[in-house]
Amino acid sequence: MKKISTPYLLLLPGFAFLFVFFILPIINLAQTSTQTRVVGGDVLEYEQTLRLANYLDAFIENREQFTRSFIYALIATVLALLISYPLAYALAFKAGKYKNILLVLVIAPFFTSFLLRTVAWKQILGEEGFVVPSLRTFGIISENTTLTSTSFAVVMGMTYNFLPFMTLPLFASIDRIDPRTLEASEDLYANGFTTFRRVTLPLSMPGVVAGTLLTFIPAAGDYVNAQILGNPNTKMIGNVIESRYFRIVDYPTAAALSFTLMAAILILVTLYIRKAGTEELV
Amino acid sequence: MADSANSARGDLKLTRITKSYGDFIAVDDLTLTIPEGSFFALLGPSGCGKTTTLRMVAGLEEPTVGSIHLGSTDITITKPYQRPINTVFQNYALFPHLTIFENIAFGLRRRGIKDVDEAVNKVLNLVELPHLAQRKPTQLSGGQQQRIALARAIVNRPALLLLDEPLGALDLKLRRQMQIELKWIQKEVGLTFVHVTHDQEEAMTMADTIAVMNEGKIEQMGSPVDLYDNPKTAFVANFLGQSNLIKGSLVGTDSDSLIADLFGQKISIPRARSHAADSSIYAGIRPEKFRISLLQTPTSGNVLGGGKIEDVSYIGVSTQYQVMMPWGQELMVFEQNDDGVAPFQIGDYVNISWEPVFTFALRGDEDAAAGTEVMPEDLDEE
Repeated sequence: MKKISTPYLLLLPGFAFLFVFFILPIINLAQTSTQTRVVGGDVLEYEQTLRLANYLDAFIENREQFTRSFIYALIATVLALLISYPLAYALAFKAGKYKNILLVLVIAPFFTSFLLRTVAWKQILGEEGFVVPSLRTFGIISENTTLTSTSFAVVMGMTYNFLPFMTLPLFASIDRIDPRTLEASEDLYANGFTTFRRVTLPLSMPGVVAGTLLTFIPAAGDYVNAQILGNPNTKMIGNVIESRYFRIVDYPTAAALSFTLMAAILILVTLYIRKAGTEELV
Repeated sequence: MADSANSARGDLKLTRITKSYGDFIAVDDLTLTIPEGSFFALLGPSGCGKTTTLRMVAGLEEPTVGSIHLGSTDITITKPYQRPINTVFQNYALFPHLTIFENIAFGLRRRGIKDVDEAVNKVLNLVELPHLAQRKPTQLSGGQQQRIALARAIVNRPALLLLDEPLGALDLKLRRQMQIELKWIQKEVGLTFVHVTHDQEEAMTMADTIAVMNEGKIEQMGSPVDLYDNPKTAFVANFLGQSNLIKGSLVGTDSDSLIADLFGQKISIPRARSHAADSSIYAGIRPEKFRISLLQTPTSGNVLGGGKIEDVSYIGVSTQYQVMMPWGQELMVFEQNDDGVAPFQIGDYVNISWEPVFTFALRGDEDAAAGTEVMPEDLDEE
């Protein structure tokens, strides 16, 4: 018998796991997505009719939620990037001996459940929280404006929940920058802003790309934030899929929507990586 | 950006510069003038403050006290990007995301200079690496990166070029070659070079003027010959080459010379080479200035008798002896192997003699071991 080398054997458990829990369900999902309800049959009875129009129907019916998902995810990603970059930069270059403690603080929210943290935001933005009264005192929002059950709350929740996914890769890539290259840039007539634009930012691009992907992808498919912090007009595609599966029990539409979402994300990500330039990822 | 600081030219003057970090004083009341066009070396062991001094000149650190002038322009608190000063960093600090061409063009582009292509190609030719223009820094060897770092700095034709241990990461052979090349390039471009190093041989090979630094202060400044032949302190005598320092006292004068008594034996020291404060001295002689002869052989000049050879190392060009003197001190003697005479043997009783002109005298209250136990510098230190 031909000897199988150890590395392949080591890969085996991983492959087996992915096959059973990823490949098989995906195939199953693909099969479901083209089924139709048996005429005159039970509610849960579906038959395979290879109806590709399921996709078109599902998409047209939920265009609004698709668009909203991507817009919310985009805003949350941009906000997370704007918050995380200075944070990661400070962690990498200015934190000194506090670096590790601060990194633990960045990860600390993961010790609490995602759901609980989102519910907490409901309280923070609620009437009894300190945010709304403060904003009212300063006249930033009017007396009868509320923040809960708004698109603002949904985007805030998403930004907050996915922030560590942005901060950590950014930190990892900024931390790798040799501070002497920044000094060299200053030495070569570049002021602080030019140094950032010409040296720091290009050198941290791998982190920016990784962080934005890790934030955008789960944010686009998220439904928890919209569920807890939103209202019926802030429904995202995740909410639609969830309700198709668990409430309406319309498996084919739910499956078709899932595939459409996957395809859309895949296309956007591919375009993005092309645009961001693979060269700078080296 | 063509403001006054940027176009400043002339001698670099450091006036009473002190830099402290909390309780630690890195540079201590340092005053120094570096003439325009010279190749100047700041030489000293790890932690002596030489790199801190360089960083203050570059603008990467601000002095706690004191001022820095370039010509007549005060640049003490001018930002690094506003100084006509460029640095070749330790480990080069090339921009990893840019090509070699763009690395070199970086400074020119920031200043909006025209004819970037011509200037970059010219300097690439000067460092003999024109074929690497489109590579990335990681694709270059250490020696090539070193040259590109140099090219990136000199292409800007700064008033002052700072080199921070630029050869530290290269192997010995390449380092020797680059020392000669750097010196040649300095003559070629005619810029002022300020070179920081802990390698005394490197400083002596390249610099016109060397300032020896120790614990934040300048111990002595002068030409390599000056420093070697006429050191003023035990630190300089030991850090720059090796020295035999023998305890003694001044007992008289004889026209241009001082007469010293070393453990009962009289020698003479040129007056100009005595840095003694009172009669208590250390007489210093470099090991290669000594001559060894068997006891019965007549000798002239300064003579110390009664030595016994303890150890002989034959190293080709020379033979190194350890000679035990009657007062219990071992002296180092290097003899050229140029006389066809077989080396002396361990146990031979010998006289040691030398030309009086090669003697120097240091203060008797100095630490005779200062500068001897300096550890080789860690590359990433300071």
